[in-house]
Amino acid sequence: MVTNSKHTVYKTQLAPGVSLTCVNAGRFKSSSITINFISTLNKKTASANALLPRVLRRGSINYPDMESLSALLDDLYGVRVEPIVRKKGEMHCVGFFVDFVDDRYLPGGENLLEEATKIACEILLYPAAKNGKLLDEYVQSEKSNLIDDIRASINDKRGYALDRLLEEMCADEAYGVGRLGSEAEAAKITCESLTAHHHHLLSSAKIELMYCGLASPERVENAFRSALKDLPHEKRNEAPKTTVILEPNSDAPRRVNETLDVTQGKLTMGFRLGNFMKDPDLPALMMLNAIYGGEISSKLFQNVRERLSLCYYVNSMVDKYKGIMIVTSGVDFSKCDDAQNEILSLLDEVKRGNISDTELTAARRSIINSINSALDRLGGLEGLYFDSTLNTPPYDPVTLSEKVLEVTKERIIDAASGIKLDTIYFLSGNGEENEAEADDDT
Amino acid sequence: MTHNQYTNLGEQVYSEKLSNGLSVFVVPKPGFYKKFAYFATNYGGVDRRFKIADKWIDTPAGVAHFLEHKLFETKDGNALDLLSQNGASPNAYTSNDLTAYYFECGDKFRENLEILLSFVSIPYFTPESVEKEQGIITQEIRMGEDDPDFNLYYGLLKSLYKHKPLRDSVAGTVESIGQITSELLYDCHRIFYNPSNMALCVVGDVDPADIFDTAHKTLPQQPGEVPLRDYGTSESLIPEVSRAEKAMDVSLPVFNAGLKINPVSCGKEKLKLEIISYMALELMLGHSSPLYLRLYADGQINSDFGFSVDSAAKTAYIVFGGEARDPQFVFAEVQKEILKICEGGADTELLKRIKKASMGSTIRAYNSFSAIASSISEGHFQDFDSFDAINILKAVTVDDILNFIADNIIPDHMAISIINPL
Repeated sequence: MVTNSKHTVYKTQLAPGVSLTCVNAGRFKSSSITINFISTLNKKTASANALLPRVLRRGSINYPDMESLSALLDDLYGVRVEPIVRKKGEMHCVGFFVDFVDDRYLPGGENLLEEATKIACEILLYPAAKNGKLLDEYVQSEKSNLIDDIRASINDKRGYALDRLLEEMCADEAYGVGRLGSEAEAAKITCESLTAHHHHLLSSAKIELMYCGLASPERVENAFRSALKDLPHEKRNEAPKTTVILEPNSDAPRRVNETLDVTQGKLTMGFRLGNFMKDPDLPALMMLNAIYGGEISSKLFQNVRERLSLCYYVNSMVDKYKGIMIVTSGVDFSKCDDAQNEILSLLDEVKRGNISDTELTAARRSIINSINSALDRLGGLEGLYFDSTLNTPPYDPVTLSEKVLEVTKERIIDAASGIKLDTIYFLSGNGEENEAEADDDT
Repeated sequence: MTHNQYTNLGEQVYSEKLSNGLSVFVVPKPGFYKKFAYFATNYGGVDRRFKIADKWIDTPAGVAHFLEHKLFETKDGNALDLLSQNGASPNAYTSNDLTAYYFECGDKFRENLEILLSFVSIPYFTPESVEKEQGIITQEIRMGEDDPDFNLYYGLLKSLYKHKPLRDSVAGTVESIGQITSELLYDCHRIFYNPSNMALCVVGDVDPADIFDTAHKTLPQQPGEVPLRDYGTSESLIPEVSRAEKAMDVSLPVFNAGLKINPVSCGKEKLKLEIISYMALELMLGHSSPLYLRLYADGQINSDFGFSVDSAAKTAYIVFGGEARDPQFVFAEVQKEILKICEGGADTELLKRIKKASMGSTIRAYNSFSAIASSISEGHFQDFDSFDAINILKAVTVDDILNFIADNIIPDHMAISIINPL
């Protein structure tokens, strides 16, 4: 049991490779549980991973279709059981997010924790099946939905440009694989292969169970022990490792230009964090990102958007597992070069230590505020504790956020010193407007 | 100071109407770090023609949204900077009938609240800064033009309405915002940002008396005149055109369909109408409805499929839709389902379960500070207590829902907007 300045956190192992984390939080109207299977992100299995919870969610042995399952969940005051698929570095985490209203706001005697845990685990262990196989009807229908979702990534151009950058930049790394996998791999899945994949995950993947809410850890543990009593007790894999590439593999950054029918360009840039990742100083990395582009007070936002009006949005983010930083922005086609130059020159400012005390203070405040605010949301609370559980070594998210107060300018410069631009992806329009602007320049 | 307790929800609200006409609401949330302040004016995209000092004034589309952007700029700099340097995350939005400025923070709440109240109530515009903002908003409008959802939604509203201002995007058009001047912004600010036309709502672990006091000290002391608005003559429930179609860069066809319903202008009846219409839509199209489950199982629609009820400019409308292999087919199936419910009645067991699930989601909504603040403000501007929702919901009867469907959900009143892949 760990107590930080916010929560009491109870961790236990239900079986080898099956961990439960209970975060005691009584300030919400509802509680959540998540069930997460952790495996290595991999081109071959990513789509099967993403598909599995969707197929399982279609029905269980006792509630074999959506009609009966919806009826049960509605009757439990709308318990939500949603498939979740997360990409954390090169770990692929799939399972269910379940949330339900706290008993104290309901007429009485509901015990939604036990009921919700039971149905979520039933879906997981005993999905609707025929002759020992998942129902082909469900597999085909959810496969088609998954393929639609993979194709739909093009609808959100900002996210699409980011996905394309990572595909290009990490073409030879697992990290280049999208959260939902690829259409080609999804198309190959059959009800036999998915059934086998289900058994494989159930018996070998590391399992992280999370609970956030008011119930006592004993009650949560009992609910899970009882609901998961038929889980195969075999040797489970260790948590997979993320391969960190310290440097870009060529001296000059790669540039990829593509066109689509857009009226605003999307400039996306990927960086490697360098030797810093050998022993990452996480609080310094958080500060670096907040000062450079992670917050409204950052250099990118204040200069590229506010002072120079070169873009509509601009921000930076880091993946602490993978050692990658990404800058995304929306720009006029004609302003792409100016924006890119400014984005790079502001990074140099950080490397040179051109950071004011005001910026340091604003960054510290923003980080502490955004972490504390996230902890005040049930989903955010789960996300932060889940993230910290996956890290090697695990850390306490509240204690870590408090450590940004001690981060000096020197540590931020250290964190920034090895950052190198790897790949630029620019999405521009294919319409006449772009050409007209090009003509104006001549 | 008025104190209302809602024990079934574990919530309480302190409220006061200040001498300058501002209504202030405080929802204490002990145990939370974050504090949330929400300052709203009853002025949105549809408020384009109004009467003040006995004179009718017409303004171009997009002024409310333009003001929302410009107010962050103050004589001494930018309020966004000030707030973010203080660890707050500020933002704002303009909807059809309201503009809201808000921030969330932990420390320095009072200081941040003072900043919020001052920058919203003290305008500062120059011709140069207005021109610069025209550039930024042009970008935002362009971004909307790329967005299939935006095109879909306004495709539908332009089909439903003949002349109501709801037809136009809240941001306006590149042409309409070109007509905006600093004088016009000052005028509209004076008219709509007077305390009598506004509400302040604070959610978090704060002392209510301190909030009332801060608002009283920081804001202008004089109440103002609340302008009368004109949204044009009322329209029949028949849509202007029944179909709008467009091709864009999307992977699957998407559609929004909908219809106008009989509006209720304000008060508890309005909240009741909202709740009944949601329940009716859940019954017809919700994720537990036989129609949704059948269309989903047949692969016609996916879990994106959803609906909403909205009202503004003295009219109310329903929108439903999502991705669909064949939007026209799904649309026709919805129309058939409605006729079936009208003729054969509703599955009362299903309705009971929908009611329980709606209770769950209503209670859960109180997890969200922003949802609490925005629903209190909306209730204030439309004269209802948003905390009544749970009790109204409990009291809704099968007949309420069937009557609503029979009176409002007329298949011939529906229009559809479709975006097809290129």
